[in-house]
Amino acid sequence: MKFIKYFLAGTLFGIILIKAEVVSWFRIQEMFRFQSFHMYGVIMSAIVVGMISILLIKKFNAKSIEGEVIKIEPKKFSWGNVIGGIIFGLGWALTGACPGPLYALVGAGVYVMAIALLAAVLGVWVYGKFQHKLPH
Amino acid sequence: MKEILSQPWPWYIAGPLIGLMVPLLLFLGNKTFGISSSLKHICAACIPGNIELFNYNWKKEAWNVIFAAGIIFGGVLAGVVFENPHAVAISSNTVADLNALGIKNFNGLHPGEIFNFHSLLSLKGFILIVVGGFFVGFGTRYADGCTSGHSIMGMANLQLPSLIATCCFFAGGLLMTWVILPFVMRL
Repeated sequence: MKFIKYFLAGTLFGIILIKAEVVSWFRIQEMFRFQSFHMYGVIMSAIVVGMISILLIKKFNAKSIEGEVIKIEPKKFSWGNVIGGIIFGLGWALTGACPGPLYALVGAGVYVMAIALLAAVLGVWVYGKFQHKLPH
Repeated sequence: MKEILSQPWPWYIAGPLIGLMVPLLLFLGNKTFGISSSLKHICAACIPGNIELFNYNWKKEAWNVIFAAGIIFGGVLAGVVFENPHAVAISSNTVADLNALGIKNFNGLHPGEIFNFHSLLSLKGFILIVVGGFFVGFGTRYADGCTSGHSIMGMANLQLPSLIATCCFFAGGLLMTWVILPFVMRL
């Protein structure tokens, strides 16, 4: 039962992803061709709202509803950010979907994206298998 | 009523709502917004295969998989029950460019002529769906995050690695769109 809140949060996020059309292959193509402001507007306004939220949370030492002080782990740089990032981008433009949209599209009736999702799981597994042989 | 609920949202409504997922998850349980970890947890739960990356107690991270399941259900609500009956309103320039690449049907969220089960058997469909999906999974783990974890959460938290990763996401996407995709679409 303690997980139901995360299911509901996910549902809300899924609805937003579809309604924003950021899950659409057409929108992703439009973005990479610089032919509309839509995707840039979504991403940039999301970052700004997230940034203000985090600033306020830190300023007031806010606690979660479970009473813990909220803390966010910093990200560490590795060359994986660069090499993996480029590979991710190649896949993003092919499928027209990043991980969140892959899930949302399966729900929205683009059922073949379940295969793309399985391929993504396989991709993660193969990365895990060869992690120590890759430059980081 | 259904007509109103079926409409797509403009960026200035949808973007800030996506941004609010960041504080929502922090308040709900001190969770960092991100989706791609769920793929790792699925590996850890189903096919750990004695690999170091998947040897951890995935049950402790199960919230992220539940969150992903919620996204699927959200997709059902917004994409099926309250489906937008109109084509995605992309720019006419994009329509012209994609037409030139052979796409004729602009209904739905994804081009149905490519993204269907039958086209998995064609080289073009296999590359777009399976190779694309593989790159997304492999790349996101290698980059330690995806568009949610890096581009939204990491950028909102002013993390330099996330800015670098986001620039590389775009570099890869531009390389695919402008250089490689025209060849793939001709297959």
